[in-house]
Amino acid sequence: MSDISTTKASAETMISMTGVAKWYGAFQALNDINVSVRKGEKIVLCGPSGSGKSTLIRCINHLEAYQQGEIRVGGILLGHQAKSIDAVRREVGMVFQQFNLFPHLTVLQNCMLAPMRALGLGKAEAEGRARQLLERVKIAEQAEKYPAQLSGGQQQRVAIARALCMRPQVMLFDEPTSALDPEMVKEVLDTMIDLAREGMTMICVTHEMGFARQVADRVIFMASGAIVEEAPPVEFFSNPKHERTRKFLGEILGH
Amino acid sequence: MNYTLDFTPVIEGMPNLLTACLGTFVLAICGMLLATVIGIGGVVLRTSKIKALRWLVIGFVEIIRNTPFLVQIFFIYFALPLAGLRLDPTPTAIIALGINGGAYAIEIIRGGVQSISKGQVEAGLALGLHKAQVFRLIVLKPALRAIFPSLTSQFVLLTLTTSIASAISAYELTSVSQRIESDSFRSFEVYFTVTAFYLVISWLMMRLFAFFSARYFAYPVK
Amino acid sequence: MGQDEFLFLLMGLKWTVALSVVGFVCGCIAGLGIALARTCGSRPVETVVSGYIAIFQGTPLLMQLFVVYYGLALIGIKVDAWVAVSVGLTLHASAYLGEIWRGAIEAVPKGQTEASKALALSYVSRMKDVVLPQALRISLPATIGFLVQLIKGTSLASIVGFTELTRAGNIISNQIFQPLTVFGIVGILYFIMCCPLTIYGAHLERKFAASAR
Repeated sequence: MSDISTTKASAETMISMTGVAKWYGAFQALNDINVSVRKGEKIVLCGPSGSGKSTLIRCINHLEAYQQGEIRVGGILLGHQAKSIDAVRREVGMVFQQFNLFPHLTVLQNCMLAPMRALGLGKAEAEGRARQLLERVKIAEQAEKYPAQLSGGQQQRVAIARALCMRPQVMLFDEPTSALDPEMVKEVLDTMIDLAREGMTMICVTHEMGFARQVADRVIFMASGAIVEEAPPVEFFSNPKHERTRKFLGEILGH
Repeated sequence: MNYTLDFTPVIEGMPNLLTACLGTFVLAICGMLLATVIGIGGVVLRTSKIKALRWLVIGFVEIIRNTPFLVQIFFIYFALPLAGLRLDPTPTAIIALGINGGAYAIEIIRGGVQSISKGQVEAGLALGLHKAQVFRLIVLKPALRAIFPSLTSQFVLLTLTTSIASAISAYELTSVSQRIESDSFRSFEVYFTVTAFYLVISWLMMRLFAFFSARYFAYPVK
Repeated sequence: MGQDEFLFLLMGLKWTVALSVVGFVCGCIAGLGIALARTCGSRPVETVVSGYIAIFQGTPLLMQLFVVYYGLALIGIKVDAWVAVSVGLTLHASAYLGEIWRGAIEAVPKGQTEASKALALSYVSRMKDVVLPQALRISLPATIGFLVQLIKGTSLASIVGFTELTRAGNIISNQIFQPLTVFGIVGILYFIMCCPLTIYGAHLERKFAASAR
């Protein structure tokens, strides 16, 4: 079934979240989250809206601060000081629902910005890297265009290349296909599948269950800020244990 | 009622008036640059984590916006020597113009920064850029583009405000015209001509901004 | 600075208020005419009026006051400084308010005009009963913003030689040699006049922005 996960993840732990909790005022957004992701593992995170899945992955690169527990990424303890946050962000790439390309920069410049400014790469090296990765997401010929001149699917592929230019060890995807017109979803998913095939550690918040079946090593289902169930995709889809999971799958798969 | 218009003193004073136009340009351009620096710095402080700094900026903006420039320039003119800064009227006027324009620039730029979606900032942070880098490399240019029309009209207003610098005898068009007027008593002729000069100057300023905008903001948006 | 000096400043303040009120009220009346002429639909009229606006928005208020002051004398009208300044401020205000209200009139959805035409309303009724009430609401924050600008602008009357607040400050400052104290107090007096208006304008803007959402 899951043809890609045969490239088995190693035993080395890439991300560990232990007892992570987060509140917005009195509202508890995350409740005692314990997740461990091995190097090369692909996780699909799903759940109803407001279940905390976006918040969870946004904690991993500290776009959201968490108040309790511990997060480690590639051996770095993610504290609240700038130093550890910077260190983690250099290792973690993120792709957003709304692409968030920088409108005033060309595609190429979008990809070169962070390698030059955050990693201190020279211009030639950054450009080489950017062109190579644009090639890989099959959009090299658009390098000199501005984001507004591209379709949504193309923009999202550029966003993936931009994140990869940092040579991250982990990629986070926050509903990468939700803002796309249906005919563009496939090109983005194909890019993600390629990436998975190459052994990238990935955590994807998505409702694309076909993608989960094909790529994920594990599917994690969240509701009300807590992890309800996690299982390999075959088991998750064929034999969900919890009532809430069954209800969610019923709604999303339309039966 | 038997007054005949006589532009002879104006024509004789033309070389002086034209040079004075340059003085007006110098005041305006330097004032704008200082205002921009104050504007950007003010926005950075205005979004600081330290509450006292935020209130300092708010207080500064409100004091400047709610008092006349003429009073401000007098105050600064008398205050600078007390602070140990003995400057000629022209640099003093530039400082006053910069401070005045800066207060408006803070409000305008802040509006522009707020118009940038949170996602842009998050994307920059997620790429490992520092907050200052995110502001400088990602937020600033699109924000400037969004506010450029209001910044343009504010800076044209600043250009016109340079005429008030004549109150402390800074070197610019109005003070030179006042000198010609008091020598010749051809008040209407002098001021009528100089008003036309200002019209041309503010028009030139607008062209300059339009040119800059076409150059610097030439990226497409949806 | 003693009590007498302060009272002198308050006398100046009285004139500042008077100039502001006259300039604003007359400017509103003239500005309404400008705004209506600017949106009347007749090409020549609109061109002339937009020229008028461009001239007043493209030249310094100080020069406008000078030209009006000496221009009135030139055509043989002998008037007090305060009348000349009032005329100057009125013309200035009419151009700015005219432009603000033109924008507001154009911001009223076109369907409103079409609906009133379809109901056979006359131009006067269409404007008075339908378009202007909506435009006025839209323009209120900007109008208040301009009023603040006008109050501050009255300080330039001092350069023409009229004793309002700023010139009163100049006079006192020359007498007692405490320019910072005097101009500080003058500034505070302006601030007390302008700040409530600024706050009110910002409040309206937020309120309208919220209701537009």
